[in-house]
Amino acid sequence: MTEWIELGSVTAIPVRGARCVNTPSGKIAVFRTAEDQVFAVENRCPHKGGPLSEGIVHGASVTCPLHNWVFDLATGEAQGADEGSVRTYPVKVEHGTIYIAPDVLMQMAAE
Amino acid sequence: MEKLVVVGAGMASGRALEHIFEEAPGRFDVTLFGAEPRGNYNRLMLSPVLAGEKEYEQIITHDSAWYEANGVHTRFGETVTLIDRERKVVVSKLGETPYDKLIIATGSAPFIIPLPGKDLPGVMAFRDLDDVNRMVDVSKRPGAKAVVIGGGLLGLEAAAALNARGMEVVVLHLMGHVMERQLDPAAGYLLQRDLEARGIKVHCKAQTKAILGEDRVEAVALEDGTVYGADIVVMAVGIRPETRLAVDAGIHVERGIVVNDQMVTSDPDVLALGECVEHEKIVYGLVAPLYDQAKILAKTLAKVDAAFRPVQTATQLKVTGVSVYSAGDFADAEDREEIVLRDATSGIYKRLVLKEDKVIGAVLYGETADGPWFFDMIRKGTDTRDMRDTLIFGQAYQGGAALDPMAAVAALPDDAEICGCNGVCKSTITGTIVSKGLTDLDGVRAHTKASASCGSCTHLVEKLMAITLGDSYNPAAVKPMCPCTEHDHGTVRRLIVAKELKSIPEIMQELEWKTSCGCAKCRPALNYYLVAEWPGEYEDDGQSRFINERVHANIQKDGTYSVVPRMWGGLTNPRELRAIADVADKFHIPTVKVTGGQRIDLLGVKKEDLPAVWADLNAAGMVSGAAYAKGLRTVKTCVGSDWCRFGTQDSTGLGVRLEKFMWGAWTPAKVKLAVSGCPRNCAEATCKDIGVVCVDSGYDIHFAGAAGLDIKGTELLGHANSEDEALEIIVALTQLYREQGHYLERIYKWAKRVGNDSIKAAIIDDLDKRRHYYDRFVYSQQFAQVDPWEERVNGKDAHEFAAMAEFGLPVAAE
Repeated sequence: MTEWIELGSVTAIPVRGARCVNTPSGKIAVFRTAEDQVFAVENRCPHKGGPLSEGIVHGASVTCPLHNWVFDLATGEAQGADEGSVRTYPVKVEHGTIYIAPDVLMQMAAE
Repeated sequence: MEKLVVVGAGMASGRALEHIFEEAPGRFDVTLFGAEPRGNYNRLMLSPVLAGEKEYEQIITHDSAWYEANGVHTRFGETVTLIDRERKVVVSKLGETPYDKLIIATGSAPFIIPLPGKDLPGVMAFRDLDDVNRMVDVSKRPGAKAVVIGGGLLGLEAAAALNARGMEVVVLHLMGHVMERQLDPAAGYLLQRDLEARGIKVHCKAQTKAILGEDRVEAVALEDGTVYGADIVVMAVGIRPETRLAVDAGIHVERGIVVNDQMVTSDPDVLALGECVEHEKIVYGLVAPLYDQAKILAKTLAKVDAAFRPVQTATQLKVTGVSVYSAGDFADAEDREEIVLRDATSGIYKRLVLKEDKVIGAVLYGETADGPWFFDMIRKGTDTRDMRDTLIFGQAYQGGAALDPMAAVAALPDDAEICGCNGVCKSTITGTIVSKGLTDLDGVRAHTKASASCGSCTHLVEKLMAITLGDSYNPAAVKPMCPCTEHDHGTVRRLIVAKELKSIPEIMQELEWKTSCGCAKCRPALNYYLVAEWPGEYEDDGQSRFINERVHANIQKDGTYSVVPRMWGGLTNPRELRAIADVADKFHIPTVKVTGGQRIDLLGVKKEDLPAVWADLNAAGMVSGAAYAKGLRTVKTCVGSDWCRFGTQDSTGLGVRLEKFMWGAWTPAKVKLAVSGCPRNCAEATCKDIGVVCVDSGYDIHFAGAAGLDIKGTELLGHANSEDEALEIIVALTQLYREQGHYLERIYKWAKRVGNDSIKAAIIDDLDKRRHYYDRFVYSQQFAQVDPWEERVNGKDAHEFAAMAEFGLPVAAE
């Protein structure tokens, strides 16, 4: 395994917002919560493909901008009455810098 | 049936009638006289009505259906002038009404200090709904000033309510500190400080000398030479029992109408209750003992043995955001000890007065949750020796119980009084919930009366419901705006104004949000309410807006965006059309379409291209058409008198003018306008949120149309003779909607909720009000008319449009 991949500073993401990471096989949305927790999920709602990075972030959840499905960012599970899940990726924050697990890009490339 | 006549339709008589119909159903044929032109309502709640936190309809205790169902002949607005006890009739302007039994419940009259100038128009009491309406009318004048004489419970509630209405308020109080009958000086000081922090001036030791004015009140002068300007003077210095009828009829009257333990006067066929009576030399002004009297009076009429005994009472001030609780006797004396807790930074003050190890008085300020617990001890004479050290910290600290508010309520004894207004104890509430199978707060209110009066015990009642019902309790008596709160939209809006909440975290803290940072439903709503209420002070929070309003373009099903440049009134020109065509070519925009609102839509723009698209459109002089906004979108027009052979007015010109005046304003939901030049209505103005139909004599202003999920023709709001007048009406209407609409509530739904009449009354009938709303709109526009495209082109929120990182294929697979 190579080292974790640096994505940038936590402060590059607005509080209660998200930024995208572009990869050859799609976008990963990296979220920052009000408490400065950071999560990475696939930027695609399993319902109709809505870009989750454009949703409203509340607590450790995001509401899809297209049809208001709500996802737990930690587990990727849809909340409430909706069923489904969005893929999550391991990320860590050290000294204010966000890192994503190296095998993520490998996985995505292999698919 | 026996003929029962009741004189007075106040809270005591309303309650007495309920008990009479319970105790002796079918026995009495009741005639109810009331001097006010309306039935029984909850006078305690006039303060919230005055503050704009409640509507009159919400405080009616008995409606016409109730009177009808119980066969009550109502004679409201008809004053009884004489009681003839010989012939057993009461006399009013419509003649004589015979009785077998008579109840006098004439209440009390506000005491008016015999000052010079007391009869000037604008000097009033705070007693009934008419007083409230008069005060509200004056409060709507910009810069209106009020002087409240009397710093007691009623005076301070009036002052806070008028202040919440935007008036400049001064309270004049004769004594050294406010509410001196309920509060000690320390708590009085805290209260005064809180009131002054709201901008209410409190002048203690104020000897009023005269009320000044020519045709109406203009100022109040004090003995010390101070003069306060005033558009109204509210006298709230006390009340005295209204006993004139009884005196004239030769019934025994001292300070009040004297009654025995059975509520019977010196005439065995005449009973009396309420603020007009005196029992064992005491006249009661608080509602709890009056409700006890109602119970006893009903039993007496039903020939059931019962006796009224004086009771202890506790007081709470109904001023939003101020928590004061006072019970028992808290005067200093030789044989008394006290325990005091102060927390200056939190503004908390608690004081217990003890005599022989028993609590006899309690004053709580800032944190009043333990009030009922202390009050219970006062009434029972509980020995406190064993908990003396921790007593002041309240119930949660006794016996090592957990700091769980639910546990504290669960630990209350069965006979602990929960609702002071109605004298309802814990076991009555829990018992009724079980026996009647109640599941909502309204049901508990209806069956037990608990929390049905001033409502300050609502949180206790809800906790009891939660304890009794467990998980099956659903506190959704009001429809909360989202699962993060128990408040509905209207309540949140009112509290934002009343408590001067100016940020989302402040709202969530003060209104006890159940989530740490809200959800996708409440955050955009709160953000809008703050922008609308505090223009210039509150800065829009982008992260609390939907994506469309964050990136100022309309998200489409595939995650691309659509862009609509503004075309004022639907007008464009070759240069703009060329720029649009060039942009479409340059950015490979797949679809160009004319929208239903006569604008051009560029569909399928990639998000990262948005700033560049906008830069090109800006360069050609176009700004954002806000086609994505909960705000003013388009003003659709026909060609009007410029070209059309039927056009009566310059509809295109008015459309352009309206759009240029109103663009940028945020509203609860989208707002679309149209102006048609003649009744042929080519701009389809009569299905718009606001529509103008030009006619020969001027402009018919329509509103509350819809052509979306619902299809609905507009209502006619009024007629304007000039373009200026039309513009003023439309702008004022929009502002009224901005201030009253719930988030995502279209104009037609808002109008249905508040009533077209109230909107017409504010915008058409009352020129002062119309100007007030117009001015508020104009004020807020100076902060709103900023082209969001230009801001983004210049780099604002640039993070929205660029990726955080880019990765190609991994170079070396290991």
